[in-house]
Amino acid sequence: MNVQSIKALVQPDRVHRSVYTDPALFDLEMDRIFGRAWLLVGHESQVPKPGAFFTTRMGREPVIVTRHTDGSVRVLVNRCAHRGARVCEAAAGTTREFVCAYHGWTYGTDGRLCGVPLPQGYERPAAESIGGGLAAVPRVDAYRGFVFASLVAHGPTLVEFLGPLRASFDDLVERAPEGEVEVAGGVFKHAYHGNWKLVLENHNDTVHPAFVHASSIWAAREQPAAEGGAYSEIGVRQMLQNGAPWEVWENTGLWVAGYGHSWMADYHDDSRLVAALDHPAFAEYRAALERRLGREGAARVLGELRWNSIVYPNCSFMSQFRQLRIVHPIAVDRTVVYAYSFRLKGAPERMFRDTIAFSNIVNGTGSPVLTDDLEVYERTQAGLGVTRSDWVYLGRGHGGDVPDRDGALRGRTGTSEIHIRNQLAAWLEYMTAEA
Amino acid sequence: MSVTTPVDRRSEVEQFLYHEAWLLDHGRLDEWLGLFTGDATYWIPLQADQTDPLATSSIVYDDRRLLEVRIRQFQHPRAHARMPAPRTVHQVSNVQVVQAEGDSLRVGSTLVLLEYRDERQRVWGALVEHCLRRTGTGLRIAAKRVDLVTSEAELDGIVCIF
Repeated sequence: MNVQSIKALVQPDRVHRSVYTDPALFDLEMDRIFGRAWLLVGHESQVPKPGAFFTTRMGREPVIVTRHTDGSVRVLVNRCAHRGARVCEAAAGTTREFVCAYHGWTYGTDGRLCGVPLPQGYERPAAESIGGGLAAVPRVDAYRGFVFASLVAHGPTLVEFLGPLRASFDDLVERAPEGEVEVAGGVFKHAYHGNWKLVLENHNDTVHPAFVHASSIWAAREQPAAEGGAYSEIGVRQMLQNGAPWEVWENTGLWVAGYGHSWMADYHDDSRLVAALDHPAFAEYRAALERRLGREGAARVLGELRWNSIVYPNCSFMSQFRQLRIVHPIAVDRTVVYAYSFRLKGAPERMFRDTIAFSNIVNGTGSPVLTDDLEVYERTQAGLGVTRSDWVYLGRGHGGDVPDRDGALRGRTGTSEIHIRNQLAAWLEYMTAEA
Repeated sequence: MSVTTPVDRRSEVEQFLYHEAWLLDHGRLDEWLGLFTGDATYWIPLQADQTDPLATSSIVYDDRRLLEVRIRQFQHPRAHARMPAPRTVHQVSNVQVVQAEGDSLRVGSTLVLLEYRDERQRVWGALVEHCLRRTGTGLRIAAKRVDLVTSEAELDGIVCIF
């Protein structure tokens, strides 16, 4: 597949269906997009102390994220340098070394080979022959505790890559009275039979809720109100919010930036969704935040109204509601999404209860909201397999993009498909760039 | 005055669980909802051995209110993920009354569920615990906990009731 034929697939307001269905293009994406871009691999709180580790994937590459004895975070390819077996099976844990189950080759938390059986059987030390140990992912960096890695040695710095989207991470972290967040409350792993791009295209799609979520909007509207302190309150409010009138969605802010990123903001204020707003815990939380930031600072942080922020190509998060999703492409028509919750350090426990209740509705594998999204991804994938029709139309808001601060563009309205066009522009840049 | 022996009690509980399964397998969701008390919870934990539904996420954790929303949503003509609605067989076995105190019973059982929808059959296995309460109108479910053996796996969306 040459550059010209790839370029022909993405046009200003439409994209060829093969971008979602062609296994050869998928292989190329794994090499040129997931094999090059900064990918979010996790959060520093998942490796709190030396020896702590967790396993994940970068595209299709299995990796171990570890905290080495010197305090640095390392990302290692989870493959024994000897005969290729996966070295680490655990999802997370603490260890002094990784020992391969096959022949006992042993590696430190920096990946360095520190032991092989029968070393006298080699002409020269095994470590020399295999390049030192487990392959280390060449670039690892963090922004506000969020750990990113890139499978290539060269490219933009993490700060350049994130650009104005950094403000979304700032928003998530600044909301914590202690100025730190931590992963907590388990991880959802939901899967669908569809391309990885579909979920990223959906999260800032503000026209879909009224249709995809029509049934849960209706079911929530029919439900008698309950007292605000109820566990279910935040979930029901979220379902109702999906049914907001068109003017709300039209007036929502939708911004895009370089490398395919986008974020949605000015969506609604806390009073619509924060179920704890009238609860004493929220006053306690605000007071704790004011102790660190002052009254004005706290008001500024709480007045930030970001909804989904998408870090292309593998992350979508909700800074205001402390949800983060990592997208794992499995095959051209199979995707798994890991969804994490974050605890605001220094906030009353009640705040985290609402985070959990919210996660169950927004990211829960059995959620009456999320399951309808997954169903629509699958129907879209099925439709894109149709060979009599080649193009996906992305014309909503085309021609109306408005330049904004920090090099960002804003959709003329909040229902623009600007975020999808921007993702595909980044896709094209990655896919046609020189190695 | 009647005396309920352990054998009678297990038989009564088994009949109740079989009836619950029958309602689900025949799509009688409103009647199934009617088996729950007003303060009931329906819980599918995310983690094996999960102890707390409020500090850790759950595949489903519904209080009575969310359960009502769920059952209503299931029956809406645009509940896309249930179009068509799954057909199911609930196989309930290994029923044990684990604890009996006053009007409350704690009952363990094993569930194997076959689900068919949209050209695909899925098989589920779960350890189930019912907290049953004896009321003026018979046994009612005060809490139901379903521990799927696959709860920590990468799972496609779940749209059936266990």
